[in-house]
Amino acid sequence: MNKPMTGTATAPQGLRGWLRTDTPQSRFQARMGRLWFGWLTFRRNRLAMLGLSIVLLLCAVALFAPLLAPYNPVQGVLNDRLQAGSAAHWFGTDNMGRDILSRLIYGARYTLMVVVLVAITAAPIGLLVGTVAGYFGGWVDTALMRVTDIFLAFPKLILALAFVAALGPGLENAVLAIALTSWPPYARLARAETLTVRKADYIAAARLQGLSHARLIVGHIMPMCTSSLIVRVTLDMAGIILTAAGLGFLGLGAQPPLPEWGAMISEGRQFLLNQWWVATVPGLAIFVVSLGFNLLGDGLRDVLDPRAGGNG
Amino acid sequence: MSAAVLQAVPGTGIDVSGLNVWFDDHQVLHGVSFSVPEGGALGLVGESGSGKSTVLRALCGLVDQWSGALRIDGADLGKTRSRGFYRVVQMVFQDPFASLHPRHTIDRTLSEPAQVHGLDRVEDRVVTALEQVGLDRSFRFRFPHQLSGGQRQRVAIARALMLEPRVLLLDEPTSALDVSIQAEVLNLLKGLQRDLGLTTLMVSHDLAVVSHMCDAVAIMNRGRILETIAAEDLAAGRVDHPYSQQLLRASSGFDRAVIDSFVDWE
Repeated sequence: MNKPMTGTATAPQGLRGWLRTDTPQSRFQARMGRLWFGWLTFRRNRLAMLGLSIVLLLCAVALFAPLLAPYNPVQGVLNDRLQAGSAAHWFGTDNMGRDILSRLIYGARYTLMVVVLVAITAAPIGLLVGTVAGYFGGWVDTALMRVTDIFLAFPKLILALAFVAALGPGLENAVLAIALTSWPPYARLARAETLTVRKADYIAAARLQGLSHARLIVGHIMPMCTSSLIVRVTLDMAGIILTAAGLGFLGLGAQPPLPEWGAMISEGRQFLLNQWWVATVPGLAIFVVSLGFNLLGDGLRDVLDPRAGGNG
Repeated sequence: MSAAVLQAVPGTGIDVSGLNVWFDDHQVLHGVSFSVPEGGALGLVGESGSGKSTVLRALCGLVDQWSGALRIDGADLGKTRSRGFYRVVQMVFQDPFASLHPRHTIDRTLSEPAQVHGLDRVEDRVVTALEQVGLDRSFRFRFPHQLSGGQRQRVAIARALMLEPRVLLLDEPTSALDVSIQAEVLNLLKGLQRDLGLTTLMVSHDLAVVSHMCDAVAIMNRGRILETIAAEDLAAGRVDHPYSQQLLRASSGFDRAVIDSFVDWE
């Protein structure tokens, strides 16, 4: 028989060499090397790096809120109410005399919580529904997609309002309502991706290995859907923040005195003409964080979307 | 001699009789019958669209609408295939760029079938399979995009061997490869076929490839088998059916007079 082929063995030098080698020694190394090359592509996109910085900053602020906040976010000094920005209160105070900067810093926790909880509930539901529908086709597809259509037919915020009204106001219920209304687009996306790969030779080959349907869907089809799904979820995060803020604004999300950004705008609305900063500062925070997630999503698309010529 | 070139002993090898296949309302195979004895090798040749690959896909359960009798080792195959079936029959696909999962390492591609079937010593089996197809261990944790076409096809062959099948279905295993790599992969397949005693059914449009690899050749056109002849007869140009003669002339190279003389066979 032929002489065994050998891979070009370059001696790995340090961590970078370990990551860059074309002859990984373990599954872990192969995966890390892949991530490394993705990171190199991502790093070249300046705007995406800006988005990533904003998101990381949000995470850091949420994590270290007690250390960063100069005042108590829920207890104010009524004598100091509605003060403009100054050395003592950078962003001023609200109608209860609470420091807006401190509320903003603690509010990052709720914003992040909403985004993360919605992402880890809605995306997997959508992925499962979409891949199962696309893989089996036939009546399974028809049934699942009609349910999806029904959810899609409602305006998102109205449906979320109905859910919150039924479940009762509160941040947890707002998260649940947003998750229940935001999975259908993910199901559509996952189904479309599944339809493009399910006839592929590598899926047929996996079937010929005797793999079960469940193993095929989870191990072979889902990995082909996740990159576009991650991109879509990241781009949707701005929308999720806005919906949560909208629910908060309408009094159906976080309840007072929680410093949720949407609720803060709602409270500041009454003073918009004379004390503009009360509503404007949390509004700017929502704007900056939404922008950060959008930029991050765009950058991730460049790295992950196989059709855009990434490392598919 | 043609019909009796390859006659399976009942209860062994591959036996196909009266196979019809439909894609929706369009019938693509019409009463295809042939048999391959255990350890034998049959080639299916014909032009594109003659239904060669469909025969393989029907055998391994990738076709829904079919009728007729398919037997492997004497056992009738039903509409669905059991998990055990895939330990006996494995297939290598035509295009190695499409048949390996782009997000799975070679290691995962090879170890998954063994895990699914609950085989022991999965690690050893992966290393052994890589050795069998002449690939170094350094390939084990690479992704398919880090491999050349020939290397990928070796991995695809290794995957087919992981479950130690007795029947190997080859769907034009070299047509997507460079000419220089084709010979390597063909020699590899021939060696494996000899060493492991595999019963082989190979589809190709390349008469030279088939006569190198197989004991006998079935010539197909428009979903029918026109004739089955021994490989030596094909090499010597001893074919009976006019279409076979035409195919033989076509494969000898481009010649305007030959092309002009071609007729469409119904």
